[in-house]
Amino acid sequence: MIENSEKLLELLEKDGDISLENAAAMLGATTAEVAETMDELKKQQIIVGKSAIINWERTQWENVNAIIELKVTPHRNLGFDRIAERIYQYPQVKSLYLMSGGYDLALMVEGKTMKEIAFFVAEHLASMEAVISTATHFVLKKYKERGVMFKSENKDDREVITI
Amino acid sequence: MTKPPKEYINDVVSGIKPSGIRRYFGIASEMKDAVSLGVGEPDFVTPWHIRDEGIYTLEKGYTHYTANAGLKELRIEIANYMRRRFNLEYDGLNQVLVTVGGSEAIDLFLRTVLEKGDEVLIPEPSFVCYAPLTSLAGGTPVPIVLKEENNFRLKADELRAAITPKTKVLVLPFPNNPTGAIMEKSDLEEIAEVIRDKDIFVLSDEIYAELTYGESRHISIAEIDGMYERTIIVSGFSKAYAMTGWRLGYACGCPDIIKAMTKVHQFAIMSAPTTAQYAAIEALRNGDDDILMMREEYNGRRRMIVDSFNKMGLHCFEPLGAFYCFPNISSTGLCSDDFCEKLLYSKKVAVVPGNAFGDSGEGFIRCSYAYSVKDIQVALDRIGEFIEELK
Repeated sequence: MIENSEKLLELLEKDGDISLENAAAMLGATTAEVAETMDELKKQQIIVGKSAIINWERTQWENVNAIIELKVTPHRNLGFDRIAERIYQYPQVKSLYLMSGGYDLALMVEGKTMKEIAFFVAEHLASMEAVISTATHFVLKKYKERGVMFKSENKDDREVITI
Repeated sequence: MTKPPKEYINDVVSGIKPSGIRRYFGIASEMKDAVSLGVGEPDFVTPWHIRDEGIYTLEKGYTHYTANAGLKELRIEIANYMRRRFNLEYDGLNQVLVTVGGSEAIDLFLRTVLEKGDEVLIPEPSFVCYAPLTSLAGGTPVPIVLKEENNFRLKADELRAAITPKTKVLVLPFPNNPTGAIMEKSDLEEIAEVIRDKDIFVLSDEIYAELTYGESRHISIAEIDGMYERTIIVSGFSKAYAMTGWRLGYACGCPDIIKAMTKVHQFAIMSAPTTAQYAAIEALRNGDDDILMMREEYNGRRRMIVDSFNKMGLHCFEPLGAFYCFPNISSTGLCSDDFCEKLLYSKKVAVVPGNAFGDSGEGFIRCSYAYSVKDIQVALDRIGEFIEELK
């Protein structure tokens, strides 16, 4: 394990594609050390996956996202975990968080159409015994995702100057 | 009018050569798929809270001139900052002058102190403005050649050899553009020893002070015994806070010199841009974390780029400051200009020839790492291919 494994995690969070060589150079470590650290972090379930950030709006494919708030009755012995477990197994559920505040669980749900998501909520979520209420908010436009801004162009606008 | 307009231009201005920095950029910007490691400004945009403060003051209608020397509040914040970061005591009200970029402060200082024939010692390679501004102020620029074997630091014997009875100013451009060299405390103490009993003023250009990557923080020569009185520190917001386009810098020093510089400033400039000054107050109050974030990011890129150059056989000493590296290309048998031109036309990569920063930069190229890791990687891959093909 390299000493500054937190720095490695920050690099990976920013760019999951970074090469071992570059990561090693940037951290002042050898590629072998970085590779070993990454294996160890995966083993410890600290690095749990890697995925691209996609601006689906720029493709021809329809894709609908919604944030769903759920109020639920926690399970007698297992608290919210039991109900959360039943919800996150659905592949439509992309993220699931336990929240403080006005409701208990927040879900990010993805579907092909609004109707598909509406049916998912009605058939699978609202019908669960523990669920007291649901509120579905459809995402109309994404401006920024996981730290990346969805701007129309990202060009270097620095001009030629004598410095 | 009997003579053409061109003949009205005075000899000093006519004699100033165009900077070699821009030479290959113009070509690169016209070229499709060209990548550049040429630009000497941060790739980050100004942190949002600083931009937001600028916008907010515009909304409130703070659109008038400020005091000539700058907003009082800003000058006090600059003094606080100098105390907090460098243990240097300045009175915000009469020892700080807010200028249009660090460059204006350099120009003001030279115009304020130089008389015809005064010599200004300029360690080179260094940023291109010192010699022309010296000439414009009537002084004589005297380059001191810095050596790679000394990691491009200024050594006491080099300084001693350059001093004459006419020497009035020593420019200390560290952390250095283009080499990335820094001066550590012991280096500065050696320099102080040489000038202590001489009437030489120090112009310390510390615009890159926040971008150092060694074990200890940047040390200013003004912190060294006996140097405070004779040092003008020039700095600014461009590099530390990625605020290049706001055009805001400052000078700190003894009240008499600052007062005299303010005299020149008030007629030439009036006051620095008001919006920028308000934004700068926010930067100084709440921007320490931004500096930290950017420095960390530059540091990773710095390690990567230096490692790459050394692996491809272009020796690159470890730059401990700024955001440039300065690899030695003499092993390719090409001069700096040929190297840059061939690299640009064959691989579409723009870098700056070292000799743009003084003759002593011949045999080197300046590569900026104020670019994203992806851009740097593309440029390095292409430079690597170029070197292989030269063999």
